[in-house]
Amino acid sequence: MDTTTSSPGVPQAVIAPVHSAATPPAAAAAAEPLLARKPRRSGGFGPSGLLGLAVLAFWLLAALFGPSLMSQSIGAMGGADVFAPMSAAHWLGTDYLGRDMLARVIDGSRYTVGIALVATLLASGIGTTLALLAAASGRWIDAGLSRGLDTLTAIPSKMFALLMVAGFGSSVPMLIVTAAIIYVPGAYRIARSLAVNINAMDYVTVARTRGEGTAYVMLREILPNILGPMLADLGLRFVYVVLLLAGLSFLGLGVQPPAADWGSLVRENIGALADGGASVIVPALAIASLTIAVNLIIDNLPGRAAREGAR
Amino acid sequence: MNLIVLKLLGQRIAIALLSLLAVSVVVFAITAVLPGDAAQEQLGQDATPEALAALRAQMGLDVPAPQRYLHWLGGLVRGDLGTSATTQMPVGTLIGSRLPNSLLLAAMTALFSVPIALTLGIASAVWRGSWFDRAASTTSVAVVSVPEFLIATLAVLLFAVKLRWLPALSYVSEIESLGQLLKAFAMPVLTLSCVIVAQMMRMTRAAVIDQLEAPYIEMVRLKGASPMRMVLAHALPNAIGPIANAVALSLSYLLGGVIIVETIFNYPGIAKLMVDGVSQRDMPLVQACAMLFCAGYLILVTLADVCGIVANPRLRHR
Repeated sequence: MDTTTSSPGVPQAVIAPVHSAATPPAAAAAAEPLLARKPRRSGGFGPSGLLGLAVLAFWLLAALFGPSLMSQSIGAMGGADVFAPMSAAHWLGTDYLGRDMLARVIDGSRYTVGIALVATLLASGIGTTLALLAAASGRWIDAGLSRGLDTLTAIPSKMFALLMVAGFGSSVPMLIVTAAIIYVPGAYRIARSLAVNINAMDYVTVARTRGEGTAYVMLREILPNILGPMLADLGLRFVYVVLLLAGLSFLGLGVQPPAADWGSLVRENIGALADGGASVIVPALAIASLTIAVNLIIDNLPGRAAREGAR
Repeated sequence: MNLIVLKLLGQRIAIALLSLLAVSVVVFAITAVLPGDAAQEQLGQDATPEALAALRAQMGLDVPAPQRYLHWLGGLVRGDLGTSATTQMPVGTLIGSRLPNSLLLAAMTALFSVPIALTLGIASAVWRGSWFDRAASTTSVAVVSVPEFLIATLAVLLFAVKLRWLPALSYVSEIESLGQLLKAFAMPVLTLSCVIVAQMMRMTRAAVIDQLEAPYIEMVRLKGASPMRMVLAHALPNAIGPIANAVALSLSYLLGGVIIVETIFNYPGIAKLMVDGVSQRDMPLVQACAMLFCAGYLILVTLADVCGIVANPRLRHR
C-alpha cells in the first residue's frame, strides 16, 4: 500500500500540492479491471478475501442481532467469580465484576462496529461531496476547501481526538463527530484528485457545453466514475476509525461505562493480563480480527492494483 | 545548494509556520471557545450572576474570544504557557520535567527501529516476490492493522508474565546501570518499534523497488555488476530521498504511538501528562501539550519534505 493510505492524515497534506497525491489511480483504475479480473473468476475474491468477508459479516450480524439473542442481560452480575476462566456457563469467562464476557463482547460490537461505521460513512460522504463540489465548481471554492481541510491534517489524529474529548467530553455522538471530522480531509484529498482527472475528460466538457448545471456534472458525470476507488478507501478509513476509537476507549476517554466497546473492555479487564485471562485477550483479538478482515477484503478487491499504483 | 533549492526550502518552512498558526487557532477554538462558558460549568446551574461574573473576570473570560486568543498566543511565543488548572503549577515546569523522558523514549525507538526497518525494507525490495518478502509484508500489514495497545498487551503477556524477563511497568527514576536502563525501556521501545518498523519498511521497500525497476538498473545489470553493487552503489543513492522521507514520516507516527504506549506502561512522559490533563479537563495543560505535539509533527513532516528536495539530484544540479 502507498504512503497516503498507510499513514492516516499524514504527509503531503501540509506540503505537497493536493493534485499530485494520487494522480495515477484514475488512469490505472480505468485500465485495471480488464487486466485483473481474468485470473480471478470466483467473484473477484481469493480465499483470503472470502475469509475477510465472513469475519466482517459475522461481526456485523453480531452487532445487529447479537444483543437481542443473548439470554443473559449485559449488566447481570450472575454471582459468578471475578475473571472466571472459560466454562460451559460462561463461554468466554467473566470480567472484572463477574459479568459474562461473551455478552460483553457481543454488546461491545455494537459500539465498535456501529460508531466506526457511521463515522466512516459520514467522513467519506462529506469528503466525497466536498471533493465533487471542489472539482466541479470554480477555482476559488476549490482552493478554499483544499487549504481549509489541509489545516486539519496538520494535527495528528489522536491529538485531535484528545482535544475534542477535552473540550466537549465524550459521548457516542461526540465520538462519531470527532472521528468523522478527523477523516474527512483524507477522503476529500483522494476523492478530489480522482474527480479532477474525471473533470478534465471530454464527456464532462460535452455535458457542460450542452448546458448541464454543476449538480448534474457532480452527480451524474463524475460521481459514478470515482465510486469504485472511493469504496476501497472507505474500507481503509473504517479500519483507521476502529483503531482510533479503540485507542481512545483504551485510554478511558472513549465510550464511557457502563457501556463498553472493545477498547474499553481491554482497559477494564487489564487486571486479568497477569494470568493471561480470556477477558482481556478476547476483546483485543476481536478488534484485530475486524481490522485484519477489512484489510483482507480491500487487498482482494478488483481495484487493488489501482491503489498499489497510487504510490 | 542553489537558489531553486533554497527557495523551495523557504517555501516549505513558511508553509509549516503558517500551518502551525492555523493549528493554534483550531486548538484554541476547540479547547477554549466552542465548549461554552467554563465559569458556568465550574459553578453549576444555580450560581448567582455575581459569582459567575466574578469568576469570569478571574478566568479572563470577560474579554472577547479573539482577544483571549491573541493573549494566549503571545504567552505561547514568549514561553509563558500559563498555569495548570488542577495542580496550580506553571505548565512550563510540568512539561519541562516530562519532556526529557519522552525525548529519550523517542530517541531510543528511532535508534532501534530505523536500522532494522531499512535493512528489512531493502532486503524485501531486492528479493521481492520471494517467501521472505511475502512473510515480511504480511507481518507488517498485520502489525499496522491492530491497535498499539494490543501489541503492548501481547508483549507484556509474553515477556513480563510468561517469560518473566522484563518488568511490566517502567520506572525511569530507578535507573542506575545500563542493564536497568535497557530493561526499563525494552517494553515501550519494543512496542513502539513494532508499528514504526512495519510502516517504515513498507515505504522503504516501495522506494527501492521504484528505483530497481528504472531502466538504468537494467543497464547496470547488463554491464555485469554484482547484485550487491547494483543495489548499494546504484539504486540506493537515488532512493535516499524517498527513504529519508519515509523515515521522517514514520517517526512522526511516534507522536500518536507514544500516547498509548506511555499510558499502558505508566511511563512518565509528556503524552501521559496530556492524557491525564484531558481526563481532568485541565485546559492550559492540554493546550500547551497539543501545541508541542503539533509542532513536533509539523517539524518531522517538513523535514521529510526537505529531505526529498535536498536529495533530488535534478534540483541540486540545475
